[in-house]
Amino acid sequence: MNRPVSQCSLSTRPGNVLIRGGRVIDPAAGRDAIGDVFIQNGIFAAVPENLPPDTEIINASGLVVCPGFIDMHVHLREPGQSAKETIDSGTTAAAAGGFTSVVAMPNTSPPADSASVVAWVLDRAAAKAKVNVFTSGAISLGLKGEELAPIGSLAKAGVAALTDDGNCIQNHELMRRAVEYARMFSLPVFDHCQDYSLVGDGIVNEGYWSTVLGLPGWPAAGEELVVLRNILLAELCEHHIHCQHLSCKGSVERLREAHRRGVPISGELCPHHIALTDDSVSSFDTRFKMNPPLRTEADVEALIEGVADGTISILASDHAPHTRAEKEVEFDRAPFGITGLETEVGLFFKILVHERKAISLPRFVALFTSEPARLLRLDRGTLIEGAPGDVTLFAPDLEWEFNRDASLSLSKNTPFHRWQLKGRAVRTIVKGQTVWSL
Amino acid sequence: MPSWTRKDLLSIAELDAQEIQLLLDTAASFKQAGTRGVKKHDDLRGRTLVNLFVEPSTRTRISFELAALRLSADVINISADSSSLTKGETLKDTAKNIEALEADIIVLRHQSAGAPLFLARRLSCSVINAGDGAHAHPTQALLDVFTIRERLGRVAGLHVVIIGDILFSRVARSNIWTLLKLGARVTLVGPSTLVPRSFERMGVRVERDLDSVLPTANVVNLLRIQHERQRREYFPSLGEYTALFGLTKQRAARLPDDCLIMHPGPINRGVEIDSEVADSGRSVILDQVTNGLAVRMAALFLCAGCDPARIEEPDFDR
Repeated sequence: MNRPVSQCSLSTRPGNVLIRGGRVIDPAAGRDAIGDVFIQNGIFAAVPENLPPDTEIINASGLVVCPGFIDMHVHLREPGQSAKETIDSGTTAAAAGGFTSVVAMPNTSPPADSASVVAWVLDRAAAKAKVNVFTSGAISLGLKGEELAPIGSLAKAGVAALTDDGNCIQNHELMRRAVEYARMFSLPVFDHCQDYSLVGDGIVNEGYWSTVLGLPGWPAAGEELVVLRNILLAELCEHHIHCQHLSCKGSVERLREAHRRGVPISGELCPHHIALTDDSVSSFDTRFKMNPPLRTEADVEALIEGVADGTISILASDHAPHTRAEKEVEFDRAPFGITGLETEVGLFFKILVHERKAISLPRFVALFTSEPARLLRLDRGTLIEGAPGDVTLFAPDLEWEFNRDASLSLSKNTPFHRWQLKGRAVRTIVKGQTVWSL
Repeated sequence: MPSWTRKDLLSIAELDAQEIQLLLDTAASFKQAGTRGVKKHDDLRGRTLVNLFVEPSTRTRISFELAALRLSADVINISADSSSLTKGETLKDTAKNIEALEADIIVLRHQSAGAPLFLARRLSCSVINAGDGAHAHPTQALLDVFTIRERLGRVAGLHVVIIGDILFSRVARSNIWTLLKLGARVTLVGPSTLVPRSFERMGVRVERDLDSVLPTANVVNLLRIQHERQRREYFPSLGEYTALFGLTKQRAARLPDDCLIMHPGPINRGVEIDSEVADSGRSVILDQVTNGLAVRMAALFLCAGCDPARIEEPDFDR
């Protein structure tokens, strides 16, 4: 069966632009050289002898010219939770973070478990979105983990992936059938890896700090167990499962071992899981409450090592906006999650490339472009002629301070207020139109 | 003379040994004054104390209420079922409203760990933690240690054994911090499900064999086993718990003669402790309740910014 095309929407019109004199890094094409990039009517094209008259010319000297960055783990909160975020505000924040494409998670209200909700999101994005919005559909009806969502209809409606993100299907049989069924449509299945019986009401990493603070512990084994489950099911069903926001050492080790056997499974990292550790929760500050929780130094080391050796191939934000009123409550009553679209690139680049030297600049670009594009089977994440003209201009040595008051997200629930970051997208171009610039 | 600079009493973990000693000394002054017949003090006259008990409790609330009355404060009691919290008001809004009525001290009991710190950071009035989730119960630990110091004359160098459900116990956590900061040795005993080894990083010993620990104990502090935990499979049955960790008469015989037996109450007679042991001469369970009053007076007094040097003065107004 042919895979239906993943639909994406945005509200900007295509443009013509010539980006001159930057260091052009296109990992998918093996290109890394000073050069020019031309976009004609929103599509990459060869630089012509005579430029069309309305061509915008951008001097990119001193900058890195990358395919537009893709974040495949974003909560845009529409429909139903527009006090937290809207497609408009969320994609504006994405543009400011350097992203030209995002994949919206389906745990909205109502959830994206039907073609009509997917269609609504794509329509809304066509009217409001500043960057390309891809959608994901629920694996199970109502994200309840009980019966399959109409996966065929969701595929036809154009979802790019299936996930019950925020929830994890506990019934292995249901998960197995979902993965088998999704294979018909070549749709990758994303999983939030959490064993409910083992994790219980856990909210912070089970360890010293949960012990001292008397907060219910969330043991790392509760993630590792489901990563292992997913490895077995990916192998059994011969279809791709993507493990979202990995937080612990054991998960990395399991994935590494599975990759040796060629199992179609991938892992994702969020910046907070390497920028912070579980001692951050000692002040009961709900800006440090996310799921999975912050873990230990040993986990941070293993996650960075996982990125360095390719075990982890996807970087994402898990941008999870919540209102101040929702977050400003007792620790155990606060929702999980932090915003991340605008801090993600600066945090990852500072830690992974500048400080830890775990990866090179071209690999960093690949992690945000060719890797997610390959996993999602998108016709982008590259600068080759004919691909959609999405570009991120990146300043790798730019040092800057993030201020949540300047954030373009509707919500300000970030632990990174006033953090010093290094590396920043300075211009975001979607289909040849600049949608954000510093 | 060390001074008290905090507006709040949130946890023992944030105090240093001098601050703990000051609290204990201040409590001792109040107790002494009481034995001389000076029960009522003027120090909080005109001040308003609000007992905000989001999690229900009778004995701690009454102890704080009496302590406040002994200091001549005006007292208002608010419980969860009588407050707007049941109508969906947030804790922050409830507290802001209480503060707007010019309350000077809020005593908070709450199911959520960290709730008192949450309030203390948002309010200018004093916040006293009367127990938050499994996190902390500072005045309970202070009254326990006060009782130990009173009976045994010291805390440093003593071996204190805490037995039972440590994992879910704010009393245990606050006791551990207080005892360690004052130089005692602490051993935790209980099933591996309720006394995980992760407690060792706090600086205590974790043991499973109660019989081997008892002969060197100066104090045993028994924590209440909460029946509802059984459903969650932390241990097979109350009978098995008692067989392994209950302070039976036979086990109590292994204790040194001058060993104190403590319990924060309410007691499950026949579960964590035999009736006869609970009522024996070594048991100081009722002293703990009595001392709770002096300790809570001290906490209110110091957080309200009063001067400890003044306590000895008799109350001429009466």
